[in-house]
Amino acid sequence: MTIASTLLPIDVALGAVVCWLLLGLAGLLLQNTMAITRYIFPAGALAALLLAAAALSNLGGDSNVAVLPLGLPDLPFHLRLDALSAFFLLLLGAASVGISLYSAGYFRDMEGSALGLLCFEYHIFLASMALVFMADDAYLFMVAWETMALSSYFLVTTDHHVAQTRRAGFLYLLIAHIGAIAILLSFGVMQGGQGDYTFASMRDAHLNAFWASATFLLALFGFGAKAGILPLHVWLPEAHPAAPSPISAMMSGIMLKTAIYGILRVSFDLLDTPQWWWGALALTLGLLTALYGVLFAAVQTDMKRLLAYSSIENIGIILTGIGLAIVFHSFQKEALAALALTAALYHSFNHAFMKGLLFLGTGSVLHATGERNLGKLGGLIHRMPKLALLVLVGTLALAGLPPLNGFVSEWLLLQAFLLSPGLPHSYLNMLIPIAAAALALAAALAGYVMVKFYGVIFLGQPRGSDVVGQKAFDDVHDVGIWERIGLTWLALGCILLGVFPVFFILHIDFVSQLLVGHTLGVSAAQTGWLWLTPIQPERASYSPLILFVIIIVGVLFTLYGVKKFYHGRLRRGPAWDCGYPEQTARMQDTAEGFGQPIRQIFQLFFGITREVPGPFDKKPHYHGETSDRLWEWCYLPIARLTDKISALTGKLQHGRIHAYLLYSFVTLLALLAFVR
Amino acid sequence: MLNFAGQLINLFAAMLLLISFAMLSQRRVLSLINLFALQGLVLAVSTTVVAYSSNQHHLYYSAGLTLLLKVLVLPWILHRLIRKLNVKWDVETMFNIPTTMLVGIVLVVFAFNLAAPISQMAGTITRGTLGIAMACVLLSFLMMITRSKAVPQVIGFLAMENGLFFAATSTSYGMPMVVELGIALDVLIGMFILGIFFFQIRETFDSLDLKHMEKLKED
Repeated sequence: MTIASTLLPIDVALGAVVCWLLLGLAGLLLQNTMAITRYIFPAGALAALLLAAAALSNLGGDSNVAVLPLGLPDLPFHLRLDALSAFFLLLLGAASVGISLYSAGYFRDMEGSALGLLCFEYHIFLASMALVFMADDAYLFMVAWETMALSSYFLVTTDHHVAQTRRAGFLYLLIAHIGAIAILLSFGVMQGGQGDYTFASMRDAHLNAFWASATFLLALFGFGAKAGILPLHVWLPEAHPAAPSPISAMMSGIMLKTAIYGILRVSFDLLDTPQWWWGALALTLGLLTALYGVLFAAVQTDMKRLLAYSSIENIGIILTGIGLAIVFHSFQKEALAALALTAALYHSFNHAFMKGLLFLGTGSVLHATGERNLGKLGGLIHRMPKLALLVLVGTLALAGLPPLNGFVSEWLLLQAFLLSPGLPHSYLNMLIPIAAAALALAAALAGYVMVKFYGVIFLGQPRGSDVVGQKAFDDVHDVGIWERIGLTWLALGCILLGVFPVFFILHIDFVSQLLVGHTLGVSAAQTGWLWLTPIQPERASYSPLILFVIIIVGVLFTLYGVKKFYHGRLRRGPAWDCGYPEQTARMQDTAEGFGQPIRQIFQLFFGITREVPGPFDKKPHYHGETSDRLWEWCYLPIARLTDKISALTGKLQHGRIHAYLLYSFVTLLALLAFVR
Repeated sequence: MLNFAGQLINLFAAMLLLISFAMLSQRRVLSLINLFALQGLVLAVSTTVVAYSSNQHHLYYSAGLTLLLKVLVLPWILHRLIRKLNVKWDVETMFNIPTTMLVGIVLVVFAFNLAAPISQMAGTITRGTLGIAMACVLLSFLMMITRSKAVPQVIGFLAMENGLFFAATSTSYGMPMVVELGIALDVLIGMFILGIFFFQIRETFDSLDLKHMEKLKED
């Protein structure tokens, strides 16, 4: 018997977690910029790779269990690695390899002691996320969950001398804690009064319909706060732009998935019989979130805010898939449930890669130009061609274009919608086509958003004539080698996940087998690995590789044709000026201008404040701002109510000692009368 | 003999209650201190009677402690204090005294009503007096509420402790000696601290009237 055979995957995964913790400590002690960027971050990437390998090796295997003698006396930490945990650990490991490698280059300008602290928090953050995925009791889960929230809070407030960052951090922490309370309550209900908080006993506690629903609603609220589901999304567009870019990538790409994991764990694994209206609720919320997110993404002028809103949209899409899976599962249509679930899981994985890639890309742009505002960027493809190419991959993936990965998951989800008629519930049957249409709308708008994102940053000319952001256009340099490695890793992930979906779905099958007891059955024997066939070949199938080849051949052919037939006939001359005798870079379409049509059509959703110059202004000035209506509809009333209640409570405080004595006296009398 | 002792204890209990009412209606600080000393004396004597009739020797110590602390030391400190603070002849404006007395009567009724089930369970000779003890506590509390000057409030606080002590004696022949010693020490130390506060309050607000402390409130 060798060591390798006795070493369970869960031990390897725990080893990776311990590695991260040690690396974080080392960073904190070293406080040396060179050592941290050269050695610790790449070593963190290695640990991530180890974790991903362990998770991948256990995806199809039996679930491993471990008990750590840590925690309180008589209350040890239970760990478990089943297919669902392994899938999300794979996501965590695979995506963080790229982000850690990128960080090795990105943070090289940071001062030593601050970087040591950041490195510590960064690795704690990674380790706590891994523990969230591995936890097998509510105790460890909550400890890891809160550690994750706290470490990410400190990461968000890295630039704590900026007031706006502190404000964003506070908002994030507040909503994270409200969510954590809901999750805690949900676990409390779920253990069914046995007092045993291991997940195993929660599986055995058969709750009645009322309490099961209460658990689900609490969990949806609690995890929704972390995922950014409407109307708990407000922290996302504040916190993501405030954090350093690799942190934004981590939070958006990976941390939001912990919430998805939680929802899946609770609704499919811990609660035994889902009810159809849970799914309908999740579906509706998911679609609203997706539409809301993408509409707001379309009108943003800050590139990181735009991506944050796009994250909200993607979380909405994932939640839609989960909701649909719950609906099918509750009506015993396991094959369709497996399809919807596969789409949701696939999209989670995709989103980690493409959103990670784009956030890192904005980090490089920010590093090179010092500017986040889209209105001051432009034309960067000329100065940063390598970055532009890598970001293009992420952009196309996020826009949901074949043959990249975003298309696969959205296509699967739409297939699940299209195959769904015949549910034994007439309202639901009417809801499904509307939902499918809304999903298609969100996907199309996502394409629009991505055209804006890429076009305004990279194409055209720099908007401030020769200045881009805070630097002269000629001083902007392309990304360094470490950044490029990290970006390439993620971009390759996007391409491979897009071109070889069948292999990946075979891995997801283990998860859907565990959760809904059915697999997608994309059997290589049926149609071959080339074709992705969700249900039956005569209904729909998709071959990304063939499409890829067709696209490449088509592009090359067109290119050849253009060169062939138009070569030498190109004539450069002054354009017909159409009343614009001078054309400057400022005449390009701006981010705001590009979003204008969306803003006009969906005016109802936006709170718009605009200053428009009059016709005789000497110095015309335009200023427009779009704000979130939910903020004033939902959050301000709550804030006002809280203020009012605290003002009422304040009235109790006269400062008069007699009054205080009277309070105690009356309380004493009341208690005496009560105990009698 | 037992019956005579019981009658005696009831008599002292009634006196305690009467003194409590007297304190509630007394405006002068000096008289208030004297009443407090008198209350302590009655308490000490009644404790001695209980000790004698029930053969509980440790109650003698309690009585001695009460005599020493509440009849001699604390009134002496208070006398010194009001002399130094020059508030010896202070007369307090209070709420309407008859109203306060009426409220006090309601409290006594309430206390008796409350004590009835407890006294039935207690097996001591003094069990009938629990209602009075609780009434004393509540009346002292009421006194603290109605006074606006600092010194009477402290006296109210000390009188409340007297009531508690009496309650302990009447239900279970007193508390364990350690607890009693601890409370005695607390009262003494509390007195010292409050005495220091008096000077501080007067220095800050030029008066011992506690309504000035409303200024401390944050707006």
